[in-house]
Amino acid sequence: MQTEIRHHLNDELLMAYSAGTLPEAFSLVVATHVSLCDECRARLDAIDSVGGAVLNGVDEVDVSEDSLDRVLKMIESEDRALPRVAPKHVTLPEPLRSYVGGDVDAVKWRRVGGGVKQAVLDTGGTESVRMLYIPGGVAVPDHTHGGMELTLVLQGAFRDEVDRFGRGDIEIADSDLDHQPVAEEGEPCICLAATDAPLAFKGLVPRIAQRFVGI
Amino acid sequence: MKATYARPNGRRKASKSKGKAMVADTTTQDWVAHLRRIRDDRDQAAFAELFRHFAPRVKAFLMKGGASEPLAEECMQEAMATVWRKVDLFDPSRASVATWIFTIARNRRIDVIRKERRPEPEDLPWGPEAEPNQEDVVSLQQESERLAQALAALPEKQRELVEQAYFGDLSHGEIAEATGLPLGTIKSRIRLALEKLRHTLK
Repeated sequence: MQTEIRHHLNDELLMAYSAGTLPEAFSLVVATHVSLCDECRARLDAIDSVGGAVLNGVDEVDVSEDSLDRVLKMIESEDRALPRVAPKHVTLPEPLRSYVGGDVDAVKWRRVGGGVKQAVLDTGGTESVRMLYIPGGVAVPDHTHGGMELTLVLQGAFRDEVDRFGRGDIEIADSDLDHQPVAEEGEPCICLAATDAPLAFKGLVPRIAQRFVGI
Repeated sequence: MKATYARPNGRRKASKSKGKAMVADTTTQDWVAHLRRIRDDRDQAAFAELFRHFAPRVKAFLMKGGASEPLAEECMQEAMATVWRKVDLFDPSRASVATWIFTIARNRRIDVIRKERRPEPEDLPWGPEAEPNQEDVVSLQQESERLAQALAALPEKQRELVEQAYFGDLSHGEIAEATGLPLGTIKSRIRLALEKLRHTLK
């Protein structure tokens, strides 16, 4: 399918994603990784199958008398759903494409400095998720992650104290990990990164505002 | 509650159209045949039978996750309509019908009750010209059955924890993993099914 993925999701993330309790920002990274990684897709399907057993074993409750009729009416007017499949040779698989509104060329980048660009994607919750563009040989700028940070490589590669991360690889970092990722020489490295810490503001005014609103 | 998982779903007679070749007495297999009839013939009778089994469970599942009765009813109806609409995407070599319906019900819960978008991986459908291998389907369905039995056999506390997790009752920090369940075998089966599917997609 493509180069081998060596860094995968852990069971805790897959479990929370399957249960539907993982916040949207992290779910986006998990789902995008699964689109690229059959190993994690199989693990997720296996974990989902526990959910199937739970559903099938639950004590039944009564449904409304007209329930089936209503559903039959709904389906009369509905078209069959088509599969959501990304075209071949794109860099961004679903569901990321939908969040971006297209492939890499549709990303609305903002410069961060040193040639690095980012684009924050719109998700619910206090967690945040962004695309990062790091030119070859450049280090990822200082960014705080108070809690967990998930980074998925979509193009190019980066290295840090832990290992090398290429397309499809995911790095799961908590606040203990003190790392300085550097993009490999060559093509720019494009990542999707989610964090449960609020956006890290550097200026004075935002910092005051931050303290004020308690984010 | 205790006996629920062990309950054989055999109150429905085996599908007539399938003959005896397949595992006759696992009804998960039966539900697969129902989805085929819905997919190929838009068979409303098959859908009605599927509905009678799953709708009360989907509704209960949503209520366990904190939905009020009217909201759970509404979400259940939408979920069951989605089953019809997405029937072409169901792959019986990778999921049992219960598992597939679980994912649909869960997504409705996130959508309507948690009011968040649910990012889902790309679909991997079999094309119109290819179908999953029948033996793969049978073994996956059997494996799902075995998993349900393993869940039923868990110590009560542990089983309840797993249930709560899937009802959406535990925060993601509280969920360690589906502890003690033998997921390795079913994972390997799904992995093989995925490889075959990828092969046909080339």
